[in-house]
Amino acid sequence: MFVLVEMTDTVRIPPWQFERKLNESIAEELNKKLANKVVYNVGLCICLYDITKLEDSYIFPGDGASHTKVHFRYVVFHPFLDEILIGEIKSCSQDGVHVSLGFFDDIVIPPESLQQPAKFDEAEQVWVWEYETEEGAHDLYMDIGEEIRFRVMDETFVDTSPTGPTSAEASTSNATEEVQKKEAPYTLMGSISEPGLGLLSWWTNN
Amino acid sequence: MHGKDANAALLSNFEVFQLLTDLKQQRKESGKSKQSSGQQNLNTIMYETLKYISKTPCRYQSPETVRDFLITMKGHKLTKAEKLQLLNHRPVTAVEIQLMVEESEERLTEEQIESLLQTVTSILPGDPEEQQRESPMATEDKGDQE
Repeated sequence: MFVLVEMTDTVRIPPWQFERKLNESIAEELNKKLANKVVYNVGLCICLYDITKLEDSYIFPGDGASHTKVHFRYVVFHPFLDEILIGEIKSCSQDGVHVSLGFFDDIVIPPESLQQPAKFDEAEQVWVWEYETEEGAHDLYMDIGEEIRFRVMDETFVDTSPTGPTSAEASTSNATEEVQKKEAPYTLMGSISEPGLGLLSWWTNN
Repeated sequence: MHGKDANAALLSNFEVFQLLTDLKQQRKESGKSKQSSGQQNLNTIMYETLKYISKTPCRYQSPETVRDFLITMKGHKLTKAEKLQLLNHRPVTAVEIQLMVEESEERLTEEQIESLLQTVTSILPGDPEEQQRESPMATEDKGDQE
């Protein structure tokens, strides 16, 4: 679920930090900038792993800060496709089951990827697996807070960086809509339609 | 800022667990006053990630168990990603192995799955409390090295 990603960046260190070791200041700046952020097509950044190379630092006219090009490796949450993960059910809705890992929330298991046959219980607002046995259907509820094992089927990255207004009239009409649906920068699509997947309690022997 | 190599290397939960535990310790020792400003994001993600992976079997692993595991796995002809998942999840049932090993029905016989399960559970330590309950079944394991 975690990968080590090589990156490069130019880090600006303000003069009042010059008394400190450069490596320390840079490590801190990189974590300030990246930790708990999604980088487009890379994943959710966790923390700095190490600095592999520091290039020369420059001071530009009009700015007392130093600018250093850094090569570093960062720990990133980015599960590969088909990976098996365990999470907790955060909520259920018509769109499917929403799963959280605690540090990462944007996981959806769409209705067609649930164990079949499945139905959405409107009254309780939970998904139910209508498990067939010889004695008839047995309803297995997917309650909030339950631990769930799923397979990663797909991922979507959305570029959420701010963009300039495209055209005057479009921006006014879209503005309200955009505020309402603040899109997640990184979403995982899961599936539980295989034996062994779904709530952990469904597959324990006892 | 740009990623040079999007997937440089896979990290096991154990490696991330160790890194975060060390980092947490370092930050505690060096005192918060100087560096805590502006590091709320780092603190949040470290806390949440540690909380999640502390619940996985990686918290009972050590560099030695991971190395022993990888050496024994050489004989099983599995891909890197498959071995990583076995390491992270420490499966205890055949159905879990079938999920983590691609096309396991064609690639593995029932006996091979059984021996894989045996290897995984004997080399990788599980929750000590749960193991005590399981122990009557797992007495065949070769001694207790811990």
